[in-house]
Amino acid sequence: MGTYLAIRARGISKYFGDVVALDGIDLDVAQGQIHGLVGPNGAGKTTLLGLLLGLSVADGGSLEILGTPVGRALAAPDGVAGFVDGPGLYPSLTASQNLAALAALRGIDKRTAGIGDVLDQVGLTDVADDRVRGFSLGMRQRLGLAAALLTKPRLLVLDEPANGLDPAGKKHVHRVLTRLAADGTSVVLSSHRMDDVEALCSEVTIVATGRVVFSGPLGKLAAENSELDYRLLTSDPRAARATAVETAGLRLVDAVEAGTRQDEDLLVVRAKVPALDDLVSRLVHAGIAVRELAPVVSPLEAAFLALTEQQQEADR
Amino acid sequence: MSATIAADDNVAAEHVVPAARVPVSRGYRFEVVKLVSQWRIRLLVLACWIAPALFVAAVSQQSTLPTDTLFGRWMHATGWAGPLVVLGFAGTWALPLLTSVVAGDVFAAEDRLGTWRHLLVAVRSPRRIFVAKALASLTVIVVMVVGLTASGVVGGLLAVGNHPLVGLDGHLLSSGDAAGKVLLAWACALAPTLALAGIGLLGSVALGRSPMGLLLPALVAIAMQLAQMLPLPVALRAALPGYAFISWNGLFASPEQLRPLVIGIVVSLVWAVLATVLAYLIFMRRDFTNLSYDGSGRRALVVGALPLAGLLAATFAVVAVATPSMGSGIDQAKVQRSVATAFAHLYRMQTDELNRPAVTEAQLKVSAACDKGDGRSDPHGAGNDWHCIVTWHLPGVETTGQAIYQLDVSSNGRYVADGDGPKEVNGYFLVHTSTGDAPNPMWQFDGNVDLLSATPKG
Repeated sequence: MGTYLAIRARGISKYFGDVVALDGIDLDVAQGQIHGLVGPNGAGKTTLLGLLLGLSVADGGSLEILGTPVGRALAAPDGVAGFVDGPGLYPSLTASQNLAALAALRGIDKRTAGIGDVLDQVGLTDVADDRVRGFSLGMRQRLGLAAALLTKPRLLVLDEPANGLDPAGKKHVHRVLTRLAADGTSVVLSSHRMDDVEALCSEVTIVATGRVVFSGPLGKLAAENSELDYRLLTSDPRAARATAVETAGLRLVDAVEAGTRQDEDLLVVRAKVPALDDLVSRLVHAGIAVRELAPVVSPLEAAFLALTEQQQEADR
Repeated sequence: MSATIAADDNVAAEHVVPAARVPVSRGYRFEVVKLVSQWRIRLLVLACWIAPALFVAAVSQQSTLPTDTLFGRWMHATGWAGPLVVLGFAGTWALPLLTSVVAGDVFAAEDRLGTWRHLLVAVRSPRRIFVAKALASLTVIVVMVVGLTASGVVGGLLAVGNHPLVGLDGHLLSSGDAAGKVLLAWACALAPTLALAGIGLLGSVALGRSPMGLLLPALVAIAMQLAQMLPLPVALRAALPGYAFISWNGLFASPEQLRPLVIGIVVSLVWAVLATVLAYLIFMRRDFTNLSYDGSGRRALVVGALPLAGLLAATFAVVAVATPSMGSGIDQAKVQRSVATAFAHLYRMQTDELNRPAVTEAQLKVSAACDKGDGRSDPHGAGNDWHCIVTWHLPGVETTGQAIYQLDVSSNGRYVADGDGPKEVNGYFLVHTSTGDAPNPMWQFDGNVDLLSATPKG
């Protein structure tokens, strides 16, 4: 079976009066792929997700969702579910009632809709009969995801799905999304949490001021990136510092400048991956134990910051 | 750029199974569930089904009756007066407020909760969402109106009983007739209620989360009530959608004053349809990507208010051409005819209650001479300075009887006649009736002038 595109967008434009929200966006999302959409506030992410959900219509370009061209009418395409700007839930109804209402609206028999199953998937079984009025933000997010799952979508569009989630909730959501993707459902999610994007997404699209500044696999993004700052914690900080100074292509950076905590045992080094590999090798050779070596910011976050700043400077 | 390539779009097409369109009935059920799940709606529905019965039963047991309210003075005499008192109150206050809370909030609630996007993704048709919401709010409003009616009737019948009702021109309506007319009057009040509901939908759609959307039906109703009190041409007042809240009075005259009632109902229904269509047009053009939607400002004015103003102007023109009604609709001849008719009916009733020899209205040959103010100005229009001298004949008696009444005539044609002597005829004394002692029916009585009828000749 050939790989088909769940989303194929070409030259999508959207205007709000004089404001250009989307300016010639191209986007491809394959079947079974979890695709991250990142960008600074006001970049046009929510507008783009709204187009995918049929909440608004593009002013220019072409958009195909699940192989079907999207028309001019406001309507969510078949097989698409999700939410933008948080899930829309009715506070006077219980979690089960919200899902039962949605099932009824979509023509699904609530007895066979699997309401209990989707609540279990997102870890809300215990509060199934509680009114949504008393739910925390994280519980609402999870119930919104359950509502989307209820319709058995082939394309799931989620705006900040990890917003307000505690570690347990995040684990539930990650497990659900990866399982869906494994079953062939495509997922597009926007997030400001780069760790979530890195953990879930195989590809990412970075949007700034309504334009795509990068789209492709995460590995490619990391490879395109230049030097990164790394935190280094060793068994002998003094010897490690001397070794770092001697290593070519690497320099020590002040912790405050790098934006990380200050600690006299902690070194912050700025380097590309080959130089870092060289440093680790030298430390090990000198009998210095490496206790921690981690980027101060993730490669994705660094790339995100670099690319969006470049775009904003170009716009200026 | 993306690493994924569309290898075979036909494969995708094979995977797509078109989802069935959501029938309006499902959306309608969901909207009803959402409305009924709100505590304020539950309480209001409950109040509509209970409060009128308690009010009517309680007032009917009091020694002092709400005589300043139409039919209030007959609440001791028959259970059918209670629901009419409730109708008078409902037309002024309850129904505008109920339509505000239900229809005025049915769209705005989604803005407040931030659920538009969820609903659109679920239903996938703004048109069906609109129809479902409009039908759901209509259902709840009708349930409330039916509750007000049923509760008032049950309360009246249980507290006082099923007795004949004195009409607005003094003639006695049998229990069956009274029942039919009471229910018909409430049914007629549905028309202006629907007009207010349409305005509520329009406000809810056009003004989003703004409180003005919620208040619009109540504000329009207050404005219309003020207009009814002002010395405006009666054709203009009849062209307002709230006129049917008043014109149901004509059902309780003999012959029935149907023309104002029919005009009021038709105008109300046209307003209901136009306001709903305008709400639909604004809704279908709405941008749902803005979560902080507080109305579409200029568009609401152009698409919403201007067509309704045009409708008012057109209706005014039609009513003005179709009826001789550019003045107040209240003149000397109409007042005299109305007072004489009511006096004749009530005299016959009083005769019966005092166990005197029976007379008929024809035998009494009642006439009334009415004047306004000091008598030097042209007697017309509303005011509390009308006074009438009523003259009648008794069979076999050569002298004519005369009685004086002071009248307080409202601009909507209702009046209260207050007996000013002789006290043996229209003074305050108790008479024995089948339901117990009651004030002399000719002491004070309510009447109604048909504002849209032609002035009688001669």
